[in-house]
Order: sequence, then structure tokens, then C-alpha cells
Amino acid sequence: MTLGELCRPDFPILARPVHGRSLVYLDSGASSQKPRQVLEAMQRYYERSNANVHRSIHTLGEEATEQYEAARDAVRAFVSARHRQEIVFTRGTTDGINIIAATIGRTLRPGDEVIVSEMEHHSNLIPWQMACRDRGATLRVIPLQDAAYLDMAAYARLLGPRTRLVAVAHISNVLGTINPVAEIVRRARDVGALTLLDGAQAAPHLPLDLATLGCDFYVFSGHKMLGPTGIGVLYGRRETLETLEPGVGGSEMIKEVWLDHAQWNDLPWRFEPGTPPIAEAVGLHAAVDYLDKLGMERVSAHERDLTRRCLDALTAVPGVTVYGPRNPEIKGAVVAFNVEGLHPHDGAALLDQSGVAVRAGHHCAQPLARRLGISGTLRASFSVYNTAADVERLAEAVAGLRDQL
Amino acid sequence: MSAVQYSDVIRQRFRNPRFRGRLADANLSFEDVNPLCGDRIAIEGRMEGGRLAEARHHGDCCAICGASADLLVEIGLGRSAEELGRIQPGDLLERLEADIRPTRLKCVTLPLTVLHGALAGKEVAR
Repeated sequence: MTLGELCRPDFPILARPVHGRSLVYLDSGASSQKPRQVLEAMQRYYERSNANVHRSIHTLGEEATEQYEAARDAVRAFVSARHRQEIVFTRGTTDGINIIAATIGRTLRPGDEVIVSEMEHHSNLIPWQMACRDRGATLRVIPLQDAAYLDMAAYARLLGPRTRLVAVAHISNVLGTINPVAEIVRRARDVGALTLLDGAQAAPHLPLDLATLGCDFYVFSGHKMLGPTGIGVLYGRRETLETLEPGVGGSEMIKEVWLDHAQWNDLPWRFEPGTPPIAEAVGLHAAVDYLDKLGMERVSAHERDLTRRCLDALTAVPGVTVYGPRNPEIKGAVVAFNVEGLHPHDGAALLDQSGVAVRAGHHCAQPLARRLGISGTLRASFSVYNTAADVERLAEAVAGLRDQL
Repeated sequence: MSAVQYSDVIRQRFRNPRFRGRLADANLSFEDVNPLCGDRIAIEGRMEGGRLAEARHHGDCCAICGASADLLVEIGLGRSAEELGRIQPGDLLERLEADIRPTRLKCVTLPLTVLHGALAGKEVAR
């Protein structure tokens, strides 16, 4: 039994029909489905332990705190971080990037430089545009090479004594390119720059070892990795986090407060103002347990197999153009493509009529689409519950698209 | 639902648009983009004697948006600026004969926004 066949029964939503056909869900890159284990953990939390965390001196409050902090420990182990203080819960990837951009942004000076890449999701571009604009700093961009990869020679040339921070995607949400993040981090550190990796498309699909990787920040979302919406993770290297002033104030992030000043709380709570997403943390914990049980090496191999099948099947359809790397060994679980003469939104709407859910558009990466000379693409993305049969249904439906318009 | 999302009207207008193209002697033109999907459409028209004598549309858009633009030009021809300004999304929806989902409504209305934009400020004196 393949991993996909093994997992499917755990995902109740996959049993529902769409337009009279069984659902083929190929939009996990936007948001994954949730296994029963996650849904039940959250339900159990709300039915038995729901309360606010950290300051409630009663049984429910203690249980809620215990479960919330246990989720932190599970995430720490999942990403192989050294310390639990390095795991900050956020609302999602975008929130994590904005927290850092706001915090680092305040320390930027005219002449300082922030480096991003041409393949970034808007979430890892706009916060840096804003930070640079506000502080008179300069945004530099690593260009694309061969319409699929980062131009690493150009990156080397961009780095210098003015570089304060490098922010790039671990895996492109459109091209699927797995970027050489170890090298990116090493080179940035050589010039004394901080590094932030957008792991939204990587954390659900690859084994992570952040302690070894050595990046300063790594951000990802719960809902793309079988967990609930409304929670994400900001990993920050302890040595780096300790030097940062919190960018957002409120309760929870303080130790002691006077009318005119306050003393910040310890890590990681210093960066978690307000009541955190507690039930969502419980759900994320269950998701991490689920993935751990499968084993991320196995998850990764399974999705590589699906990506390979998808590339083979789609390139065999006349009129189909596939974007990004063709080698599944250096590609995440994402395949962007276009059908000649067909607008991506029409393609997605017609595929939906066949019960096949894919994403269409610029995927929040308009500069990349512009660079590729297109307005958008269709995008199939995979998760643990997808099977070879899903890829076959997609290819079959794609082959019939042009006859339908 | 009574109608399909891609009606015969949409399919025919997608395959054989009647008014797709550019107008060399336009005195009315405007272009706009749908921020949701990045679709871009432009309408170029020529007003003669206070009425829309000729018009064309072009851009990078989906079949629904293209069909809507094509229909809009068709129903707009011969109308005065004031009459063009009174065209409503419902006029287009009715003629498209399709089950347009809320997520695709903007595809229908974008050409109308473009036409009204052209009438509002982009008119070039001849």
C-alpha cells in the first residue's frame, strides 16, 4: 500500500463528491486537508480543557497551558531546533515574516540592503519593500536563472558589507524549486547578514534540521501541513532573538509593566503578544505527530514520486507547458503548468467540474509571473494523501480541457 | 442550477470574438486590471456624433471576461455616452446565459469598469 492510500481514510473530506465525481484535491500548496487526528484533538481541547493560557490558576487553565507548551516542544523536535525558546507561535507564515520585518526594519539605516529573490511569494516581498521604504534602505533582488533557479553567482555579487538580511523561499510556491538554502545561509553569514527562510512550502514536505541549517529565522504555516488555519511558526535562532526588540506589544510579551515603560518577557513569549491560538497549537501538535509517525523522509519520497508522475503525465499532453525544474529531486510537491490557448482560471473552473481542485492565477508571485512572461498558471500541489490515481485523473482532465471551450 | 458555467454564448465568444482587436482611430480608451487574478483588459472606442460608432477590446483575460467584453461592445454600439453609462452588470449577466459564480463575477464586470472608466476621464478630444 502506498503512503497516499494508507493516509486517505484519515481525511474525512476526501470522501465527499464534487460535481458528482470523487474529489481529487491537488491544492495542498494553498491549504492542506486535515486528518481526523487533528480535528479530534481540537474538538477534545475545546470540550475538555479550553481556557486561557499562562495566567489561569485553575485546572482548565493549567491543562490549556500544558497543551499549548507541549505543542511548542513537538514543533521544536519536528524542525530540530536546539531550544524551545526558539519556537514562536504566530498566525501564519505572513505574520512571522511581518514580525521580523517590523523588528529588523526598525534597525535599518539608509544605505543598508535587504536581499530577496525574484521568485518570492508576495508575503516575503511586500514586508521588506515596506521596511526598506520606511527606513531609506535598499531592496536588492536575486534574479532567476533559466526560468527556474536562483542565480547564485548574482547572489554572491549582491552580498556585501551593506547586506543586513537575506530573505528567500526554501521552496518556490510556483516553480517548486528547492533552493540551495544551506549555501544561501552560509554566504550571508560570511558577510554578517541575517537570514530568513520562507518555509511555507517546505515544512510540510521535507525533513528539517534548523539547528544545522543555521538560518536566523525560519517561518511556516500550520494549515499547509495538515494543521489548522490561524497558527504558524516563527523559528528564531536564540542568539539572534535575544538581541531583538519585540515589534508588537500587548499582554503575554511583558514581564513587568509600569505606566510609562515595561520589561519584556523571556523568549519565546516576548514575541507572542495577546492570547495565542491555543486550540490551533493543539491541532498543529496533532499534525506534527501525524507527520512524524509517517516519517518526513517517507513523506518526501512519496511526494517526489507524485511530482515525477505529474511531470511525466502533463508533459505528454499536447499543448501543455510545465514551469520550474523538471527534475523531481530538486522540486517540491508543486507543478505549475499552462494549457495553450486556455486562461488558467478557465482551466481551473473546468477541472473543478471534473472534481479536480487545482489553483490558478499568479499564486501571489506577480513579479515571477511577469518574469516568465505569463499572467498566471494552473498549479497542482500534493500532500501525503494524494495518490498516483489522483495524478491520472488530473492528466485525463487536462487532456480534455481544450475541447470544452 | 439551471445554466452551466461556460454557456454556449461564452464558448462562442471565446472561440470567435466579434470585436476583439484594436482601433487605430479611437478617441476613447481605458484599461484596467483585476487585482484578484491579474487579468487585464482594454477597450478602445470611437465616438461619432455623440454615439459609440466603433469599439474593440483586447487584453489578457479569461473566457468569461473576454466574452463579457465582446458582448459589452455589441450592446454598446450606437449608444450615447449617457446610455453607455447606464449599462449594468445585470445586462451582461443576462446575455451570457451562464451560471456565473461569485468568484467569477469580477470577470464579467471588469469590461464594464473599463468602459465606464473610459467614459469618465479617458476621452480624447478629436
